[in-house]
Amino acid sequence: MNENYYLVLAAILFAIGVAGFLTRRNALLIFMSIELMLNAANLTLVTFADALGDLTGQIMAFFVMVVAAAEVVVGLAIIITIARSLHTASIDASSWLRR
Amino acid sequence: MAYIALLPLLVVALGALVGVLLEALVPRRHRFVTQAWFTAAIVVVALVRVIINWKTPSSRVLAGNLSVSLDNATLIVWAGLLLFALGSVVLAAQRFGGVSSFTPMAVAAPGSSDEQTAEAEGVEHTEIFPLMLFSLTGMLLFPAATDLLTAFIGLEVLSLPLYLMTALARRRRLLSHEAALKYFLLGAFSSAIFLYGAALTYGFAGGADYSAIDRAISLGLARQPLLLAGFALLMVGLLFKVGAVPFHAWVPDVYTGAPTPLTAYMAVGTKVAAFGALIRVLYVAFGGLSWTWAVPLGIVAVLTMGLGAIFGLTQTNIKRLMAYSSIAHAGFVLVPIAAALAVTTVGALSSMTAAVYYLASYGLATLGAFAVIMLVRDGTGEAPDLASWAGLGRRHPWVSAAMTLFLCSLAGIPATAGFIGKLDAFVVAWRGGLAWLVILGLAFSLVALGFYMRIVLVIWFGKPSIERAASDSADTPDQPADIVKVPVSLGILMALCAVATLIGGLVPNYFTHFASLAGQMLR
Repeated sequence: MNENYYLVLAAILFAIGVAGFLTRRNALLIFMSIELMLNAANLTLVTFADALGDLTGQIMAFFVMVVAAAEVVVGLAIIITIARSLHTASIDASSWLRR
Repeated sequence: MAYIALLPLLVVALGALVGVLLEALVPRRHRFVTQAWFTAAIVVVALVRVIINWKTPSSRVLAGNLSVSLDNATLIVWAGLLLFALGSVVLAAQRFGGVSSFTPMAVAAPGSSDEQTAEAEGVEHTEIFPLMLFSLTGMLLFPAATDLLTAFIGLEVLSLPLYLMTALARRRRLLSHEAALKYFLLGAFSSAIFLYGAALTYGFAGGADYSAIDRAISLGLARQPLLLAGFALLMVGLLFKVGAVPFHAWVPDVYTGAPTPLTAYMAVGTKVAAFGALIRVLYVAFGGLSWTWAVPLGIVAVLTMGLGAIFGLTQTNIKRLMAYSSIAHAGFVLVPIAAALAVTTVGALSSMTAAVYYLASYGLATLGAFAVIMLVRDGTGEAPDLASWAGLGRRHPWVSAAMTLFLCSLAGIPATAGFIGKLDAFVVAWRGGLAWLVILGLAFSLVALGFYMRIVLVIWFGKPSIERAASDSADTPDQPADIVKVPVSLGILMALCAVATLIGGLVPNYFTHFASLAGQMLR
């Protein structure tokens, strides 16, 4: 197995995530971009673990999955609370702090 | 035995879980008071445990399967974190006019009839207190971690409860929600970047613990690009948490929108924890790269001090002003860190000593200042507008004198702890050979002096404007802003912060002794 392919794929996924975070205006899509970045990091970890013959990377990937799940709970709670009062998930709708 | 040494961390984590249980078991009428006292007690128990650890040298171990380092540096940072957390709990436990600083019902949309019903029935969110303990668990874990995975877990456990609590302000709830959304999205983004950096560093070093990274760097393994990329991404995550330029954009908005006790908690707790972790990552894991990171970090320090001090000059909202103050101070703490002056002899000045002393003086003054901010209120709640602070000095000399002392310490005026903090920071940077950084740092301390003295002038010599209330129709206060009757706990907190600030400035030897021991880190 050539791990470079996996590392490059992970780097591309990470870049797509960053690009999505910077360009999207919908809070949910921004959030999905962040999840993509986390998964890119996971893929990198697992690939390195395989290449190095070391289990640490795989274990880290499990922890990251749990953390990502917790993050979803907190993130959706905040996004839904805002969507309830403003009836939109656009991040442009709420900009009082910038005035 | 290593787990006994870990007790402070375990006590706080367990306390958070029991706090969740209390939510279910204690009747609603008693819940707020019970939770407040319980949380304070847990923090005190953890603090006592830290002191016991300090007294027993055999407890300086790598605990938790070698992933948590219980060295002098950790214990000092823990003691500071627990003290500041105790102060923040006191702030969070305040109720003015029978209501806390937190929204009665987070699920009710702002301005809805549900919210009014909840307010009328006197419902309260007492979950604040367990959430604070959860966050404190992360804050304790983050600076003590000795591998990147534990650091990441600490970072997330610290951050997730803070995102939620930011959204829970009682007044100006839409602002609070907006702040929470910004904090969450940017925070999650930065921790994803941190994680990717951790993954790349793991690939470089073949292990995630700091000592393995250090070994790999000193062996001069190939794959340098991997190391540099990983290091840069890790730094993005850490510098975001300390609020350094160019990753500072969230700080003013989040500090303004969050409930004030929470703003204080973030301003002192998160900052201390993140700096503790930053120092450990830089010195223990990436110490071999210090020639590479010293100058870039110095540049970040200059930008941070400059931006914080200059933008702070133009602010009219006191909470926003404190946010820029916290950015500027992040820059000043980075000054000794960039110098990377290692411990040579016991008791000598090192980067860690200066950073710890600076953070302690900053934390004391900031906590005290937020206590005063909570006291200045008008009919609708806190009055963060600087205009409503005009002339408070003549009506409430004691509170105003305390606020002046805190501002003087933040500005670094002699006879306060802040002065010794700045002095140590600049001496360390000078000895570390970063003279340009010292000169720029001194210049920006003068700018920062200007913005703190502006508040002092407003407090003592400003004229309260009566026509302001009439013109500002958006939220016309039905009574002018004034300092309400000072609750006993808040008075004690302010007095302690003031006394400690004075002792730290007049007889600093006692504190510098502890701070100088903080330079010893286990690897």
